[in-house]
Amino acid sequence: MTTGLGAALEPITRVRGVRGAMIVSATEGILVAEAVMEGVDAQAVAALAAGLAARLRRATDAAGRGAPVFIHLEAEAGAILAVPGERDLLVVAVTQADVNVGLVRLELRRAADRLA
Amino acid sequence: MRVIEPWVAEPLQRFLTESSARLALLMTASGQVVAQHGFTRALDVMSASALGAAIVASTEELARQMGAGPFRALSHQGQTQGLFLSAFAVPRARWIVLVVYDSDSSLGLVQLFFDQLVRELQAAAPDGEAPREVLAADFETELNASLRSLFGR
Repeated sequence: MTTGLGAALEPITRVRGVRGAMIVSATEGILVAEAVMEGVDAQAVAALAAGLAARLRRATDAAGRGAPVFIHLEAEAGAILAVPGERDLLVVAVTQADVNVGLVRLELRRAADRLA
Repeated sequence: MRVIEPWVAEPLQRFLTESSARLALLMTASGQVVAQHGFTRALDVMSASALGAAIVASTEELARQMGAGPFRALSHQGQTQGLFLSAFAVPRARWIVLVVYDSDSSLGLVQLFFDQLVRELQAAAPDGEAPREVLAADFETELNASLRSLFGR
């Protein structure tokens, strides 16, 4: 049974097409909790997703739009979705291309709220 | 970036580009500088290399006394900058890397690309004899030669 922060990831990984989910320290780019399938390098995704989120934060700040609330990076074979949460944490999902993005977003948001 | 061992240049440049680190210092376990990026004064390089080597030696001895394996890496996170220090093996020696990063990077990114740097250095290291010990009598000459290489003076 998964407990604590790991439990917050379970509803995300239950969505069809999600290949992994993780909680990342946004400032440090360090993995806090993860539940990923084989073939997903969780440490690398954590470090790079946190870096991406930090840069996007600067972009939205510069544009006078405040902090990002949802990040969707679409790639050839899937996507990386992320929602910044409280306590400097970032909830990230790695998905296949045919995933229901709206449902993953909802679960990411709920997971982020649970971290508050 | 300045290097004393030319084969170090490419992996180190790739590490700097990928990690967005601000300062990097590659040195032997005894504190002799192999390459540096971002330092503008020889005195800073000498101090940082001596302190870095001393910290690694201290933590390794602490780990030994605690009966733990050697620490893999040491990091300090400040308000605006972080410091990452780690020792690793290359075919002929044991080296230390000291990295300073700011908000353009993160500990996770530095760790991620440090692992890649180590793999690339291990693959690029030339075969041959272990480097000779620097004798006290040669130390100043060696140091000056290294600093000339590192700062182009």
